[in-house]
Amino acid sequence: MASQLPIPKTFKLFIGGKFPRSESGHTFQIRIPNGRLLANAAKASRKDLREAIRNSRSAQGGWSRRTAYNRGQVLYRVAEMLDARREEFTGILIDGGSEAEKAKSEVERTVERWIWYAGWADKVVQVLGSVNPVAGSFFNFTVPEPTGVVVHSVPDETPLLALTSRLAPAIVTGNTSVMLVGEGAALISMSFAEVLATSDIPPGVVNILTGSVTDLLPWALGHLDVNAVDLTGIPADLPDELLTETAENLKRLVYGDPLAASPEVISCFLEMKTVWHPIGR
Amino acid sequence: MRAVKRTAYAPIPITPVDEVALESRAAELGSRSIKTSSKEAALYLSVRCIDLTTLEGVDTPGKVESLCQKAIRPEATNPSIPSVAAVCVYPEMVSYAAKAVASSSVAVASVAGAFPSGLSDLKVRTTEIRKAVEAGANEIDIVLNRSAFLSGNLAQTYDEVSASKEACRGAHLKVILETGELGGYEPIRRASMLAMAAGADFIKTSTGKIPKASTPAIALCMAEAIREHAQSEGRVVGLKVAGGIRTAKQAWQYLVLIAETLGPEWLTPDRFRLGASSLLNDILLQIRKLKSGHYSGPDYVTLD
Amino acid sequence: MTTENSSFGLDYAPAPESASMVQFDDEYGLFIGGCFVAPKSGQTIDTINPATEKRLATVARGDAEDVNDAVAAARKAFEEHWSSTSGSVRARYLYRIARQIQERSREFAILESLDGGKPIRESRDVDLPLVAAHFFHHAGWADKLEYAFPNRDIRPYGVAGQIIPWNFPLLMAAWKLAPALACGNTVVLKPAETTPLSVLLLADVLNDVDLPPGVVNIVTGAGATGEALVKHPDIDKLAFTGSTEVGKWIRQSAASRHLPLTLELGGKAANIIFEDAALDQAVEGVVQGIWFNQGHVCCAGSRLLVQESIAEDFTDRLKRRMESLRVGDPLDKNTDVGAINSAEQLEKITELVNAGIAEGAQMHQNSCKLPDKGFWFSPTVFTKVQQSQRIAREEIFGPVLTIQTFRTPDEAVEKANNTPYGLSAGIWTEKGSRAHWMAMRMRAGVVWLNTFNKFDPSSPFGGYKESGFGREGGIQGLASYVQDSTGSF
Repeated sequence: MASQLPIPKTFKLFIGGKFPRSESGHTFQIRIPNGRLLANAAKASRKDLREAIRNSRSAQGGWSRRTAYNRGQVLYRVAEMLDARREEFTGILIDGGSEAEKAKSEVERTVERWIWYAGWADKVVQVLGSVNPVAGSFFNFTVPEPTGVVVHSVPDETPLLALTSRLAPAIVTGNTSVMLVGEGAALISMSFAEVLATSDIPPGVVNILTGSVTDLLPWALGHLDVNAVDLTGIPADLPDELLTETAENLKRLVYGDPLAASPEVISCFLEMKTVWHPIGR
Repeated sequence: MRAVKRTAYAPIPITPVDEVALESRAAELGSRSIKTSSKEAALYLSVRCIDLTTLEGVDTPGKVESLCQKAIRPEATNPSIPSVAAVCVYPEMVSYAAKAVASSSVAVASVAGAFPSGLSDLKVRTTEIRKAVEAGANEIDIVLNRSAFLSGNLAQTYDEVSASKEACRGAHLKVILETGELGGYEPIRRASMLAMAAGADFIKTSTGKIPKASTPAIALCMAEAIREHAQSEGRVVGLKVAGGIRTAKQAWQYLVLIAETLGPEWLTPDRFRLGASSLLNDILLQIRKLKSGHYSGPDYVTLD
Repeated sequence: MTTENSSFGLDYAPAPESASMVQFDDEYGLFIGGCFVAPKSGQTIDTINPATEKRLATVARGDAEDVNDAVAAARKAFEEHWSSTSGSVRARYLYRIARQIQERSREFAILESLDGGKPIRESRDVDLPLVAAHFFHHAGWADKLEYAFPNRDIRPYGVAGQIIPWNFPLLMAAWKLAPALACGNTVVLKPAETTPLSVLLLADVLNDVDLPPGVVNIVTGAGATGEALVKHPDIDKLAFTGSTEVGKWIRQSAASRHLPLTLELGGKAANIIFEDAALDQAVEGVVQGIWFNQGHVCCAGSRLLVQESIAEDFTDRLKRRMESLRVGDPLDKNTDVGAINSAEQLEKITELVNAGIAEGAQMHQNSCKLPDKGFWFSPTVFTKVQQSQRIAREEIFGPVLTIQTFRTPDEAVEKANNTPYGLSAGIWTEKGSRAHWMAMRMRAGVVWLNTFNKFDPSSPFGGYKESGFGREGGIQGLASYVQDSTGSF
């Protein structure tokens, strides 16, 4: 009967708060272990990447100017929205090949991590900043600021938790992100994009591109309007010479354990500004 | 309008303005709750304070006449709704407007003086003013020369306002500061004080031709300047807010701001104007809602 | 009356918030071990609406036995589960509380204004948002204490006794509960005698979020109830916000017991205006400083110190501005100044004001008509004030401002610091270096530069000298609720 024929979801890209198809029209197929077709996902092109970076840049000023309290509230809402869809996401991870207990645990840890980072928003400055006792009649303080636009490469293993572990510490302080996601993590990432889209995150703060990270990353590495590239999920087959492209605008290169969570990770996406002001009548 | 003797520019001490506190006070004033009889009175007063405006390249005598009819009688089926204060048009349209409002209380305001940029020869600008007055304009809206102002030529800026006032030959002069271009509240205060010292009868927020329009905080800043001028010089200058004012709520929020900053004596078209076009219809809808209890819709007011 | 004739002016029509939006009980017991229980003695207190003098509800008058039960419940909760509850679980409870408060903000705001007398605009726009923010902020610390206190082996105190005042009932409850719980303590909270209701309504929220019984206990009552809590031998920490007089008594009582103490007491803050200040905004700052919450604020800017060169002009601006303050029904959304919290407080204010007149100061008041029923005092300023007059030295805790002048920054510093209090200060000058210079010289725990009465959960608040010690808010505030293994405090 027609009513029992499921309507498979179309998986597109997540750019500027919307879900466009790739401008190239390319797709790749996602099949579950028994070979059945689950979805045709969009294969992002370098033009999609350019668009995502542009959206990211235009959202960055506003996002960083919000109060830390507000950003914390938004990240907490991501946790709320994901928690409500816990079972669905566990199912998606299982469809992607994860074992049931591991899938459940990954989703729970992901919710926990969003809550943890939400609470950092209005505390980072106190832990990483300082007032400095300079030798002179000056008020001197150091305040951390977001670096700007970050492009992340997300690994396929524990994809939901990995994506969260790179994204949350970047955006909590006011950075905006473009996530490059490989075919193995496409389904869960694009499902997660729906959570982001319903969590009061302003358009452009997070952008997710599915496809070949190996093809896209070089363009990100050379792009002059990117402030940092997070290579935590770097594909093994990426040539070393490509990293030299980043020297052009001295963009920051960030490495790390994809599942680590600490204020050190937050600090990888921060710049330190020190200000002096005289004290006198 | 009292003619003002032209005086030379002298530097004016400007009271500093703190942006954070100013915006906070404006927001606080915006949280006033105006209900029932106060709201109705505010809506009627708002109508009486409107300069109903059309400043488009496609304005024709027909459009202007239609606007004037609406200005005189905003709602034909409800004669209790008063006329607006004035119509505001381009110099070329003044004679048509003057004829159309001749037997009513509605004044004719004309923009003049190379509106909206203000960048043409001073003689050309003052001639335009004189001709608009001759054609029947009772009020003239000029723009401040922001080019001169922002490059620090305060004496020149002042002299041009003063010359424009002279060219008005008794018609009342509004000086548009184009606050969205001035870069902050202190320049706005400085421009306000300067325009008033040079003879402005009204200071006005915006031309309505650039995206950055009037805000309550800007109006508050200018109202504080007007208050200071009235205290120190004993002269009353009015405030006109324009640009982006589309809803009845915005209109009465400005009235609250004026009342609490300058006092209820300023709640009159002689001292306060709202430059707007679609605002009038929203006010009519709100008046209708107050009377009928239903929310209304755009089909129930006329597009003139 | 035809509409063309009615005119819009400063007489706004009533804009009342509806009291029916909040449901509360006619009678409340004590909140102990997660439920409401009758007081052992059966004694009660009626709480009234200070704007109408009408009874709102009846609450329990807790005695020493009730306090004992509450402390026992808190101790049980601490030993049996709370002390082994992980930071991330404590965080979740606090986040839930924050969310519930956000969702029920309007109800709480109305109740706060009904029971305490403050304008609904303030409870709605200032108190409630800060309450939610405090819970939210401290939720985020609960699972991050190792970063607030790096390399320190810290643990909670255990059972914290907390006594709060009537001027910001729910907000003071938040300032006390949030950090205490975040750090793993359990609590016995004693709200003020005249304002128990919003805190009792909070008990509903605590149950709705499934906070385990006994983690928070609420014992209502009067001075004797507070005394019983202070003297109780099984509390591990005491935090008090209230008058300096009671604070001194508590200090006496606690000293020999080595009881860790946080005291947030009275103030007599100077609000200092230099000639180069943004004058119109400075006027607003002075208004905020003394007439926000009817002046029932420990950190109120109750002494205006204005530079002599602008004193007359500034005083004129202030007097004109004062006239537009609306005094009246706290539930009217346009009210600026609400009711005085109690007959007792009204008497204190009146006594001091009369002393001011008797000692030669000149009084000027807002000309608004005050309602017949209820407790009211008009916004008041005094000129011709001398430093030695009682109105210049004693905390009035009402809508009364004294005005004095100064000539130089050094003189302003001297006058501002010439008081046993040291809670806050305000400095108004557009010159950055001078603002910082003055700030560094204020003997006060909170200095506001070109602003006043600003609060944030991340910003430590507390006093110097007789305004108390210990901080609330920020990492420094969190430190009040943990001890380290060296046991020093």
